[in-house]
Amino acid sequence: MPAATAPLRRLQEDGMAKSGFETIAGCKIKVMRAGAGNPLLFLHGAGGASAWSPFMERLARSFEVIVPEHPGFGDSDAPDWLDAVGDLAYFYLDLIRQFSLADLHLVGTSIGGWIACELAIRDCNALASLTLVAPAGLRLKGVPKADIFMLAPEEYARNLFYNERLAEAAIAHKPSEAELEAQLKNRLTTARLAWAPRLYSPDLHKWLHRISAPTLIAWGEDDRIIPSAYGPLFQSLIPGSRLTTIAQCGHLPHVEKASELADLIGSFCREARP
Amino acid sequence: MKFFFFHLMPYADLDLDYDQKYNSAWVTLPNSYCDPRKVHALYNRYLDELELADALGFDGVCVNEHHSNAYGLMPVPGVMAGALSRRATNGKIAVLGRALPLLNNPITVAEEYAMLDAITGGRLIAGFVRGIGAEYHSWGVNPAVSHDRFHEAHDLILQAWTQPGPSRFEGKHYHFEYVNCWPRPFQEPHPPIWIPSQGSRETIEWASHPSRKYVYLQTFSPVSALARFMAMYRDCAKSYGYEATADQLGWSVPTYCAETDEIAYREAQPHIDNFLNKFLRMPAEMLLPPGYLSLASMKAVMAAKTAMIGRQTIDSVIEKGMFLCGSPATLREKIARYQEEIGFGNLLATMQFGTLPHELVVKSTQMFAREVMPHFRSQRRVSAA
Repeated sequence: MPAATAPLRRLQEDGMAKSGFETIAGCKIKVMRAGAGNPLLFLHGAGGASAWSPFMERLARSFEVIVPEHPGFGDSDAPDWLDAVGDLAYFYLDLIRQFSLADLHLVGTSIGGWIACELAIRDCNALASLTLVAPAGLRLKGVPKADIFMLAPEEYARNLFYNERLAEAAIAHKPSEAELEAQLKNRLTTARLAWAPRLYSPDLHKWLHRISAPTLIAWGEDDRIIPSAYGPLFQSLIPGSRLTTIAQCGHLPHVEKASELADLIGSFCREARP
Repeated sequence: MKFFFFHLMPYADLDLDYDQKYNSAWVTLPNSYCDPRKVHALYNRYLDELELADALGFDGVCVNEHHSNAYGLMPVPGVMAGALSRRATNGKIAVLGRALPLLNNPITVAEEYAMLDAITGGRLIAGFVRGIGAEYHSWGVNPAVSHDRFHEAHDLILQAWTQPGPSRFEGKHYHFEYVNCWPRPFQEPHPPIWIPSQGSRETIEWASHPSRKYVYLQTFSPVSALARFMAMYRDCAKSYGYEATADQLGWSVPTYCAETDEIAYREAQPHIDNFLNKFLRMPAEMLLPPGYLSLASMKAVMAAKTAMIGRQTIDSVIEKGMFLCGSPATLREKIARYQEEIGFGNLLATMQFGTLPHELVVKSTQMFAREVMPHFRSQRRVSAA
């Protein structure tokens, strides 16, 4: 299957990936890209996607991996029109059209999973499969999410990971000026999109039945940001979807269990589009 | 110079050991710490103090707005202004809330202020604020749209007061088919508008604009910050082509007056310490949610931690000029010097702070009114140039 994607301008090496800027719907965003095969679009969560990661690298063995930074995050522009997650759903539908992506494997984590859901309920035509990793977007009464805006940075890190060494490493990391600026910007856009209603859309649950792409839902068993109890709720609302939990893992399986998650996605995608 | 008596109405009976279990007196401090019977006594005591200030010749009394906290018990400041309107009958009554972005219907503020202005026969001063960061946690309102909603709510209220109703308002956050404020405000075209702020260029550029010329109030800040922001206001005014006057500038500062500097220090010390380290206590995430400040301001704040984060002492706040404490002679000297250097025309003295008891508030307020304020009454109007 040809991945008929438009060439990226101003390419630079970013680790193993090519990195450059693209303008979609009047908004300039940073896009990293590597690998060959069917296209796989990865939609990041609240922390952004400023660097190529081992998870992306592993996926790039089997797919052409495309990793945009959302409008309002990192090096991407913050457009005036960005008010809600639904705006990003339309933005990525525009990106899919502009890049002529077809047979696309769409993967989203946390807020990126929410964006992926909003995209898929609008239009599944380009999707070969959908993978939601600990997605935001729904509210399960009585099962609160962590208050990510109230947690101090250290508490936040400890709640993100199951593996304490990863949390301690995140706490010990002293961000550069540029990283700090990106963190502030990411946090601001996360608030803009998800402060109220907190990390969900009151309408999403009504329309998840419209998702016709084969869907995998993956959740860290020890997720303390969005509890894994949300997994069965998503599964019950998305027809034919499959739910997998990942043991000894927190809210960021793509960081904490990078190989395991990448392989899980790889085999699901091959099954969906052999 | 004009003098105002500013009350925060703290829950002074707070169990001060709360901080062994909770990290703030805001947002998440359980309201089981609050005894309504004690609140009954406190409210009536505080209203007595405000009425006393009015009787002693202050130019006005001020109330403010905060939510879900022990620092200030006035979530609905119009209730206090209403209670004062028939008893504090000499000076102005300033409501140094309302936190406009918190409201889904800002017309309620247009109505409330118009009512207060009518009852008092035009003695209302109308404050507009964004609230502090903690409010956005307590009320669940998105801080990322706080600036936008503030400006739009302001425009809506001004329209309600100044355009013949009914009129249509077509904003992004607010849309109304029939803006038609009954009653209209007593003062023409509307009550004076004051903008309390911790200081930001955006706010000052907006407040000083020739179409507004609102009174800018610097709240609880080092005197160096006061000087910087007052100068910024005057510079903005110049760039707009006019000279700002001193009465466009105000300073809100905790104040304690006693027989001697030593007595003032000794009497105030435990209470200002509680104010600083118990009532104001909150972590950075609570005070500065994302979007509450612009990215540029946020970076500046992170570089130099704000007045509200970190432990402070009576010595540090006296030294920084964040607390006026001393004998009448000392206070006269300090206020005269700051006024000469900085050129503000309104001093808002917070004469009850933290756990300061009624007897000391009364003593300090009387002494301040009799031995400090008259010194500034004979002065000619000071221009802010």
